[in-house]
Amino acid sequence: MHNSLDPRQRTQSNMAYLRSILRSGKNAVPAVLRREFHRTLQAAMQVTVRDAIKEAMDEELERDERVFLLGEEVALFEGAYKVTRGLWKKYGDKRIIDTPIAEIGFTGIAVGAAMAGLRPVVEYMSFNFSMQSVDHIINSAAKTYYMSGGLQPVSIVFRGPNGAAPGVAAQHAQCFAAWYGHVPGLKVVSPWSAEDAKGLLKSAIRDDNPVVFLENEIMYGVPFEMSEESQSKDFLIPIGKAKIERKGNHVTLVSHSHVVSRCMDAAAVLAKDGIECEVINLRTIRPMDMEAIETSVLKTKHLITVEGGWPQFGVGGEILARIMEGPGFGYLNAPAVRVTGVDIPMPYAKLLEENTLPQIKDIVFSVKKMLNV
Amino acid sequence: MQKMLTIISNVLRGSASRNGAELVSEGARVVVSARTYADFTPQATFDIKKCDLHKLEEGPPLQAVLTREEGLQYYRTMQTMRRMELKADQLYKQKIIRGFCHLYDGQEACAVGIEAGINLSDHLITAYRAHGYTLTRGGTVREIMAELTGRRGGIAKGKGGSMHMYTKHFYGGNGIVGAQVPLGAGVALACKYLGKNELCVCLYGDGAANQGQIFETYNMASLWKLPCIFICENNKYGMGTSVERAAASTDYYKRGDFIPGLRLDGMDVLCVREATKFAAEHCRSGKGPILMELQTYRYHGHSMSDPGVSYRTREEIQEVRSKSDPISMLKDRMLSNNMASVEELKEIDVEVRKEIEDAAQFATTDPEPPLDDLCNHIFYNDHPMEVRGINPWSKLKSVS
Repeated sequence: MHNSLDPRQRTQSNMAYLRSILRSGKNAVPAVLRREFHRTLQAAMQVTVRDAIKEAMDEELERDERVFLLGEEVALFEGAYKVTRGLWKKYGDKRIIDTPIAEIGFTGIAVGAAMAGLRPVVEYMSFNFSMQSVDHIINSAAKTYYMSGGLQPVSIVFRGPNGAAPGVAAQHAQCFAAWYGHVPGLKVVSPWSAEDAKGLLKSAIRDDNPVVFLENEIMYGVPFEMSEESQSKDFLIPIGKAKIERKGNHVTLVSHSHVVSRCMDAAAVLAKDGIECEVINLRTIRPMDMEAIETSVLKTKHLITVEGGWPQFGVGGEILARIMEGPGFGYLNAPAVRVTGVDIPMPYAKLLEENTLPQIKDIVFSVKKMLNV
Repeated sequence: MQKMLTIISNVLRGSASRNGAELVSEGARVVVSARTYADFTPQATFDIKKCDLHKLEEGPPLQAVLTREEGLQYYRTMQTMRRMELKADQLYKQKIIRGFCHLYDGQEACAVGIEAGINLSDHLITAYRAHGYTLTRGGTVREIMAELTGRRGGIAKGKGGSMHMYTKHFYGGNGIVGAQVPLGAGVALACKYLGKNELCVCLYGDGAANQGQIFETYNMASLWKLPCIFICENNKYGMGTSVERAAASTDYYKRGDFIPGLRLDGMDVLCVREATKFAAEHCRSGKGPILMELQTYRYHGHSMSDPGVSYRTREEIQEVRSKSDPISMLKDRMLSNNMASVEELKEIDVEVRKEIEDAAQFATTDPEPPLDDLCNHIFYNDHPMEVRGINPWSKLKSVS
């Protein structure tokens, strides 16, 4: 997995590529112009998270014959949330498969196909439905490479919306980041922006291990500016590396998925009071980028984790434990805290729902309380 | 005087239709079994379609007796259900109802027919298309609508929403496809265990019919002879997937294999009632589970976020509406047999409309649940406890 190059390096590498093509005498110049040059001349554009995910899948389907997609309503219906729009029309029945409503059945089938060398991408209409499939995700996918002493890898991606969405009530709003993050043998990714979604999904599909890819319905329609390099078909974001979305000196906010938006908004509010937050977008839950968090804590001396999931045994709990056990603890000027969802099943009524998930005001309150302002 | 004229005119009308051509609608032929001088025919016997049978020597009777009272009650309930769902559609489009909303219009004969074949002391469980069943199982329109709008007067205090409504002996309202089937068999197990001669009606759709847990349930229900009526409401589409694309066998009434099964017209409330009575008798006599497949149709898409026309044609929807609408079918039967008058049914329509309007009014003005109810109902029969809020300084209270 290579890191994405900076623009100058990219242009240099393109020029080198072009020169090599010309030297070799191949008449690939038009193709190069179409693909590389044209791309690098394109300005940054606005892409929704939904489209970024689709682009990632489209590019990977095109790149590798072994990649195929299965799930409920992914083909004809174009996806329950329209993420797979156009893919079935382009790739057909063999590569884009509509399954009956039989989660553990089709998950088992997908894992089997992965064992035999294919590279399935399994879509869950909601990760809440993946609970039916958990046995195969964990016992058949996550543990197999280990149990076989390195003989049987399972290259598979499980993706779909995770966590809260407005008004969906208790059975459809659970966040599974902590559940899947608990399991050795799985990689667990939780993108926030469109670039995250595209680069990380491509990496996930190319990764030879089982990857749980946690999207979020709230983010699907949100547009982000996609840099030029992120528009390349080889744009990859490494799994396991967090991103600093906003630099600051006073407090570190660590978050993932849609809650990163809240942190950014809270940071803007706090900036007006002269409090500069450093917002870390985890991007990956497992393996977690503790180095990024520790480096930040070294600077800010204050840590707050922010998530939508439940507090007990959550992502924040793990981060705080590792800080305690690691060098970060020595730098803290105040105990690190977690801002989480309330420890209850998700209520339906709007007023109750709003008070169940961390809002901007909750993050602002926690920062100020920690900093004693 | 006025009353007398009405009586005379109705008598003349009645005899005219008897002397006139035979009234044929959808293959139902009419035999008037009682003839009095009252305004209306007190009851009539109707031919109903034969059921397809699986592992059964005999099926439900081919005729159903409908009394005037029953007819008016079924009509009122189906109309209430219809109007309630359409009002929910309206409120959803106004964003007063949020999240998921799966409407039942078109399928009314199933809920009403089933309830007519069992007792309120029996048990019932279904999936998320549950507003109709919440009504037949004893919920009021007010409570149902207030739950949809998330208010404190809602049947689940606003905490459940569309898919999580419960009443006595009605176990929801379930969001995970297929999960309600083993739950229903469990309720049936309790019925047998407690020996009160009750049974459980366990509903699922054509989409859910391919869930593995259903087959596990069939096996155990049959092995242990549980008093469970499995009912597949086959409305031809599992969300956007037609039955042919999801099921290797679309004979859902046979999928129980060793469990006897019936397939019938789910748009005819009398058909549904007679089949349910037959099935209930089977269960109560200790023969074990039985399976019914109701062929029905939903006018709306899968949910409010599905227009319902990308995987089926508008012509198809129109055709079902004009030829097989359950409410129209009952209405035609009653009118053509002089069991009710057009005015009387119109009056019921007006009353129903008013009830729905009142309920909608309540549902939009009732306040939301109070914040101190946020953490309640985590545990039952337990001491009050503290619940962690959004930040570590937020300690919330929970009572049972």
